[in-house]
Amino acid sequence: MVEDEAGFEAVIARNDRIEPRDWMPDGYRKTLVRQIAQHAHSEVIGMQPEGAWIERAPSLRRKAILLAKVQDEAGHGLYLYSAAETLGVSRAQLVELLLAGKQKYSSIFNYPTPSYADVGTIGWLVDGAAICNQVPLCRTSYGPYGRAMIRICKEESFHQRQGYELLMTMMRGSDEQRAMVQESVDRFWWPSLMMFGPPDTESPNTARSMAWGIKRNTNDELRQRFVDMTVPQADALGVTLPDPELRWNAARGSYDFGEPDWSELKAVVSGDGPCNAERMAHRRRAHEDGAWVRAAAVAHAEADRG
Amino acid sequence: MPRQTVVDAGWPLYEVFVRGKRGLNHVHAGSIRAADPADAIRRGSAVYTRRSEGVSVWVALASDVAASAPEEKESLFSPSADKVFRHPTFYSIPDDVPHM
Repeated sequence: MVEDEAGFEAVIARNDRIEPRDWMPDGYRKTLVRQIAQHAHSEVIGMQPEGAWIERAPSLRRKAILLAKVQDEAGHGLYLYSAAETLGVSRAQLVELLLAGKQKYSSIFNYPTPSYADVGTIGWLVDGAAICNQVPLCRTSYGPYGRAMIRICKEESFHQRQGYELLMTMMRGSDEQRAMVQESVDRFWWPSLMMFGPPDTESPNTARSMAWGIKRNTNDELRQRFVDMTVPQADALGVTLPDPELRWNAARGSYDFGEPDWSELKAVVSGDGPCNAERMAHRRRAHEDGAWVRAAAVAHAEADRG
Repeated sequence: MPRQTVVDAGWPLYEVFVRGKRGLNHVHAGSIRAADPADAIRRGSAVYTRRSEGVSVWVALASDVAASAPEEKESLFSPSADKVFRHPTFYSIPDDVPHM
């Protein structure tokens, strides 16, 4: 086990994993708690935009798929809260911080889902971007976080594929359905690019996180990887990505693309997105409405013990 | 009701162990908060076996798990390092001796 700073640095230097009872710097622990909690909150809040479509899904098949997907998001939240708990915080504390607005969740879930095509677009683009972010995190230096990410990545693949298949089905439908897909992609493209965070020049903590092996790639690297993966998928689907500057750059072996509107990201992160208030109000209500269930489970357990 | 009571109904933490299929060990899958052991088995199965990952689940209160401490590193784990003769590869046997 790691007992001091030298031991910690040695583990990091050989790309090995830090485990809960090892010595770790305060900053490492704090960074992890913040990042894992934010990630867990994102999974939990992330149930809302799609959850709204469960009762209006167009077939039993689509409804069953969507239910399973939203249940997975709840599960991902629980894996991540468990990983955070190994760092000496409790899930109850983290939930409290979310409800008090003191910890954040991914900006993407503050956008509305007015169209059923959004269910497909979220699977394809939003879960696709999440996978880009999460696959390198399977190798993150903190063992419990990496193990949670491995489990999550296995399940995200289903999420992305069901979304893409949904959109393919709509693209084979009527002109109106194809227009719905394009309209949804138009709304979600730029917010999906913003999921990777601010540009590297404005991400002061990235270097520290990478030195600690918490992050394995910079925001801009991951954003580029996502664009390169997604353009051929858009072509196969028959939709246009809403960026006039998007073009292949043979010299770089990558796609050039336009600059997202970073002032929009700032606004959404600081609470002024289209749905921030609605998402938080819904979360608080759900949590308070569930209080009697949690209390009843404890009463039942106590009665059983006699 | 004060907020703290709403948030934390005091569910303890359980460690969840899943047997992937008959013939294999139960392996640690993760942890879960639950009201009691029966509740932990239900929640643990729902969270850790949604895709046929298991045929059996054990749960144990996390607070009941005893673990080795960092300072026990020497006494517990170092003896194995200097007893290389415990490994079959320590012994050189001619290649033409069969079934060894």
